[in-house]
Amino acid sequence: MADTFQLEIVTPEKKVVETAAEEVQIPGKNGYLGILPGHAPLITELSVGEITFRENSTEQKLAVAWGFAEILPNKVTILAETAERPSEIDVDRARKAKERAEQRLTNGDTSVDVNRALDALHRAQVRLDVASGK
Amino acid sequence: MANILDIRRRIRSVINTRQITKAMKMVSAAKLRRAQERALSARPYAQMLTNVLKSLVARAEIYDPETGEPKHPLLAQREEKTILLIIVTGDKGLAGAFNANILKAGARFLESKAGKNIDIEAIGRKGRDFLRRRYPAAPIQTRSLAEAEELEEVEQAARERAAALQLTGEHVGILGKVEFAQASAMAESVIRRYCREEIDSVYVVFNEFKSVIAQRLIVEQILPIEQIGEQAVRLAEEMTEEEKKKAKEAAVSAGAGLRATDGAEGSVSQFGTSQVDYIYEQPPAELFRALLPKYVSIQIFRALLESVAAEHAARMTAMDSATNNATDMIDSLTLVMNRARQAKITKEIIEIVSGAAAM
Repeated sequence: MADTFQLEIVTPEKKVVETAAEEVQIPGKNGYLGILPGHAPLITELSVGEITFRENSTEQKLAVAWGFAEILPNKVTILAETAERPSEIDVDRARKAKERAEQRLTNGDTSVDVNRALDALHRAQVRLDVASGK
Repeated sequence: MANILDIRRRIRSVINTRQITKAMKMVSAAKLRRAQERALSARPYAQMLTNVLKSLVARAEIYDPETGEPKHPLLAQREEKTILLIIVTGDKGLAGAFNANILKAGARFLESKAGKNIDIEAIGRKGRDFLRRRYPAAPIQTRSLAEAEELEEVEQAARERAAALQLTGEHVGILGKVEFAQASAMAESVIRRYCREEIDSVYVVFNEFKSVIAQRLIVEQILPIEQIGEQAVRLAEEMTEEEKKKAKEAAVSAGAGLRATDGAEGSVSQFGTSQVDYIYEQPPAELFRALLPKYVSIQIFRALLESVAAEHAARMTAMDSATNNATDMIDSLTLVMNRARQAKITKEIIEIVSGAAAM
């Protein structure tokens, strides 16, 4: 049994990651999934969250928003709408987006699309978490 | 006989113009290269998405087994009463017949659908300016498709039409840097209108770009989705041989590659196609519902990217022939100038000789 698998993370703009990883954690729609080499074939939708993968015993994180993943015993392919490394995240923008979303949720206006605001809040929070290396 | 000084002045001005067109050609070539790269890097995602959808089609029972009706609204075929036509042109001119050809193809499509209500959405300044002069604006413009129309009144007004053909929205200045978020906001708005049955089909007119010498002008049907992974091309116009030759020459002289943008890598095209029984974390039908809107987004995204690449290629070709024309003009002007100079010298000699003879 090989102790690594091939990991590819792709967004509409580019291929973000292409490497041999030992482990990856992905934010599935129904909760986080930890994948090790030799996993059973699986297809899942992703929600907003962070992907953590281990490559040569070092951990790396990415913030992703919506996507889906195909898992094969020797290969994991993740399609994400956005996938950003901590260094690529615009912290100021994420912070502002968070404030905006919080404001929308707390000002009691009924015309606000609550789900959309919650989504935005979630996305901003994940970005901030990943950027700060938590 | 023209004044030698005047001719010399004209030559200098043509040389200046040639310098500008040459610079523009090189700039377009560089931009084209970047646009091509972007189109190329969008490829894997689109390919994978298509593959997953295809494999889901087989498993998700998207058609009702009894009636044969599709279960997903984006697959539903309705009688075409109102059509949405998205016309993708460039923001800038000086690109030869690029914008004019797209608008001509759009007009031909409109003719073929005469008698129906057509909403037109313009992307790119050139197209907008042209269409705005010809067709009335809808009572309520979406202006930016990203804005959610939340007010009831807006929706009411959207149902009143200014005319059979009307302009419902415009997007100017997004082509400089095409982002997926924009394409997906557009797709969302289109899907919303489609699901509310405000529109019964959606077409995009754009210049498809595979490589500098493989381009065509097409009208592609985006909704309803007929066959996943297959382009539903309604009208296509290939490049003529002469255009191809010109484009090739321009690309070679500007150092832009002729490489095609659609070479999907082998590993990528395998995504989701393995002959194994996948565990689906979500029910296939649910997954399918979540993916289908993304399919529409990626198609619009691709149209934008390819159109941008095609625009730069068209500008490069146009500027290349402008440079060539300037060179020809300089040559012929130089000839005229030399002739004039010689005539002047000859005249002077005759004057001297006849003056001497008279003495």
